[in-house]
Amino acid sequence: MQIKRFGFFAFLFALSLTASAGDGHDSHDSHDDHGEKSIKEQINEVKEHHLKDSHSFHLWGDHAKGNSVEFPLPIILWDGQLHFFMSSEFHHQENGVVESKGSHFRLYHSKVYSTDAEGHINYDEEHHVTNEKPIDFSITKTVFSTILVGLLMLWMFGSVAKRYKNDLVPRGLSKFLEPLVILVRDDIARPNIGEKDYKRFMPYLLTVFFFIWIANMIGQTPLGINITGNIAVTFGLALITFFITQFSGKKDYWAHIFWMPGVPYVMRIVLMPIEVLGLFVKPFSLMIRLYANILAGHTVIISIIGLIFVFGAWGAKGAFFGLTFFLSIIELLVAFLQAYIFTMLSALYFGSAVEEHDEHH
Amino acid sequence: MEIPAIVGAGLIVIGAGMGIGRIGGSAMEAIARQPEASGKIQTAMIIAAALIEGIGFAALFAV
Repeated sequence: MQIKRFGFFAFLFALSLTASAGDGHDSHDSHDDHGEKSIKEQINEVKEHHLKDSHSFHLWGDHAKGNSVEFPLPIILWDGQLHFFMSSEFHHQENGVVESKGSHFRLYHSKVYSTDAEGHINYDEEHHVTNEKPIDFSITKTVFSTILVGLLMLWMFGSVAKRYKNDLVPRGLSKFLEPLVILVRDDIARPNIGEKDYKRFMPYLLTVFFFIWIANMIGQTPLGINITGNIAVTFGLALITFFITQFSGKKDYWAHIFWMPGVPYVMRIVLMPIEVLGLFVKPFSLMIRLYANILAGHTVIISIIGLIFVFGAWGAKGAFFGLTFFLSIIELLVAFLQAYIFTMLSALYFGSAVEEHDEHH
Repeated sequence: MEIPAIVGAGLIVIGAGMGIGRIGGSAMEAIARQPEASGKIQTAMIIAAALIEGIGFAALFAV
């Protein structure tokens, strides 16, 4: 029991690390441009801010107008020594420069840079920032939400597991979760991995299924969380699938990659690089599929919500409101489908790794 | 004359759409013929569609 708990925390920790390592594209910071912006620029800004990670949890309101409601998140930096402060410090100081243990930091385009005391940002000819970046271990919005999802899952499954000890009849939350657990077991794990080995992979498959599903569903709430639409998170998930596949690979699995039985010798040499490439393409496609699906879904929904504000006529507003509603329902389906596909393909890869071939074809 | 990258994106979407459409259509026919096998057909359909989708997205990112 204790070891399982530890494994779960290690899983979360690995995800948090990869999540904070990645960062989105540059966009306009609210400090840079003042004055009135057109509605289209505002929509673009909201979209870009939503799709990338940030160092504070912004709920609503406009930062420039001073009515924004957000709560700060801890910033953890490493540049030879450890720095720790809250992200609200960036806004307290006059020029946005935070001094910590003799070093100065500034938040610029959602990234933390080392600066001098005045907070100068230097550029090269192509307008790229030349300031040094400290290694950023911050609890960003994505990391924070990932931990939130993890705690939610721990609470959900902890309470359900406790209930099953006394009474095997599902009640309450377990009534809702039991069919899903059975779906993962009977529709995903058993047919793809095989009766003999499927139990070993059930903890991972269940964890990854519910993690992706809950993360996708939380992304549909107005909180503006975007966990699985962050390529670092999906990279972490795909990486774990990749390692589990390789480490559970049996003799037949490696034989099929490096020395395909049953085909002429010349073909074996041709097939080997293709199969080795396939090893990496599989988790890569897992990563891209989940990331792109969720990113595309969020982009479309925010754009359609933006159209409500672009059009003045009430008929058009109503139509786009209906379209948003319709697309949100489709997104709920996609949220489930992507969790299902990720788990299903992971199970397929595990199945191919542990498969034992009797015949030689 | 240089062809803009967005044209390639359109071609990718057409190709992926045709592929997934064919999978969906064939799955429909198969389910109509053998409704009792609908569960297995659906699973196979989703896997095949997901694989095409993955390639499509990878190509879109390359654009």
